[in-house]
Amino acid sequence: MALAKRIIPCLDCENGRVVKGVQFVDIRDAGDPVEVSKRYCDAGADEITFLDITASHEERATTVDTVRAIAGQVFIPLTVGGGIRTLEDIRAMLNAGADKVAINTAAVKNPEFVREAAQRFGSQCIVVAVDAKRVSQEGEAPRWEIFTHGGRNPTGLDAIEWIKRMVEYGAGEILLTSMDRDGTKKGFDLALNKAASHAVQVPIIASGGVGNLEHLAEGVLEGEADAVLAASIFHFQEYSIQEAKEYMASKGIEMRIL
Amino acid sequence: MNKVAVIDYGMGNLHSVAKAVEHVGAELGQATEVTVTPDPAIIAAADRVIFPGVGAIRDCMAEINRLNVGEIVADAMKTKPVLAICVGMQALMQHSEENGGVDCLGFMQGEVKYFGDGLMEDGQRLKVPHMGWNQVRQTQDHPLWQGVPDNSRFYFVHSYYVQAEDKTMETGVTHYGVDFSATLASDNIFATQFHPEKSQAVGLALLRNFLQWDGSR
Repeated sequence: MALAKRIIPCLDCENGRVVKGVQFVDIRDAGDPVEVSKRYCDAGADEITFLDITASHEERATTVDTVRAIAGQVFIPLTVGGGIRTLEDIRAMLNAGADKVAINTAAVKNPEFVREAAQRFGSQCIVVAVDAKRVSQEGEAPRWEIFTHGGRNPTGLDAIEWIKRMVEYGAGEILLTSMDRDGTKKGFDLALNKAASHAVQVPIIASGGVGNLEHLAEGVLEGEADAVLAASIFHFQEYSIQEAKEYMASKGIEMRIL
Repeated sequence: MNKVAVIDYGMGNLHSVAKAVEHVGAELGQATEVTVTPDPAIIAAADRVIFPGVGAIRDCMAEINRLNVGEIVADAMKTKPVLAICVGMQALMQHSEENGGVDCLGFMQGEVKYFGDGLMEDGQRLKVPHMGWNQVRQTQDHPLWQGVPDNSRFYFVHSYYVQAEDKTMETGVTHYGVDFSATLASDNIFATQFHPEKSQAVGLALLRNFLQWDGSR
């Protein structure tokens, strides 16, 4: 009897539609986040992360409606990220049925926001999303920095120190994305993940770079992640969630198998 | 009409549990009315009561005491099925170690304890909070376990756990570094440390059983 490691499919949505091509041939509308979420939930996803990449603030109302629609049909934890800047944004998402929110840029701009959010809503619903990029040279002790705006803007913040600070401020979980690996299908930055996992007591979700099932298992076994997040390998049906879980279980990882 | 009141004392998001109960009510083909409310009159008139809770126990107990929720729950427990969830379960106990020590309602005998910073198992450090899907061993039969396989995984998120003093109340046990009470039952109250509303099929099965439970064993 032990706590299972989690698999979390991530949906990128814009104006209430799933983007970055979910390619489910056998569902009516692969752009509908509700249908896609239900599909993942039925397939054994342990949580769903919904990332809103809607550019304009005016279209936020659509996102709240989408979250409400997903939450009415999906009975596993739902995390919403993207554009969470104020306590009011958090309240709106939680009221719509999100269980957690992921805060990224707003935390970098104003770290106290994380403290306020955790105090107001509880650490259990505050995930801090961290985009880190390796800045050390080959042969040096590895070092990562926080970047914002999809890896374009350096902040000068050391990633591991930043993660420690965010947990101290009340983050209940860290969603850690390697900007070097994101989209490469070369696997997680395992050293980054392991350093983060050793630095704090809260769970770490590894993200960025998954290209095959071995990568998922490595994330847990070598990267010491508590959960693994992936998008494209599931969206394009390269692997099913069930296959991923069975593979990880075959490597001795505790999984929730339906 | 099956009227279900979810007690709203201002702590956290009650949308999930209300939605899940509406969902299973519809599946049962049962007319179910779920009301999220702090109003003692509506709660008194309900057929079933859910006592949820998230966040820090000190804040929860402060609101419970301010709004007299203890008396509302005590009244409900005498006459109808009550389901306590997560911090709602912890609030039923005598005392919690959280926030430097907080007195709780004392409706059930036992303590709420911290998992600890150095929690280890098989040489591996265990993260706190205990977050994710863990197995629940059913230590006693109960109508709410009907159709739920033993050792099913439910979704947990908590840093403090209940250690029941009277093990005859314990209906489910989970292990995370230590054995703790995953569920408790006494008369017509059933309490879960996990979130049935977030535990997919097995969680919905438990909620379905709750909607049909008359409070007897």
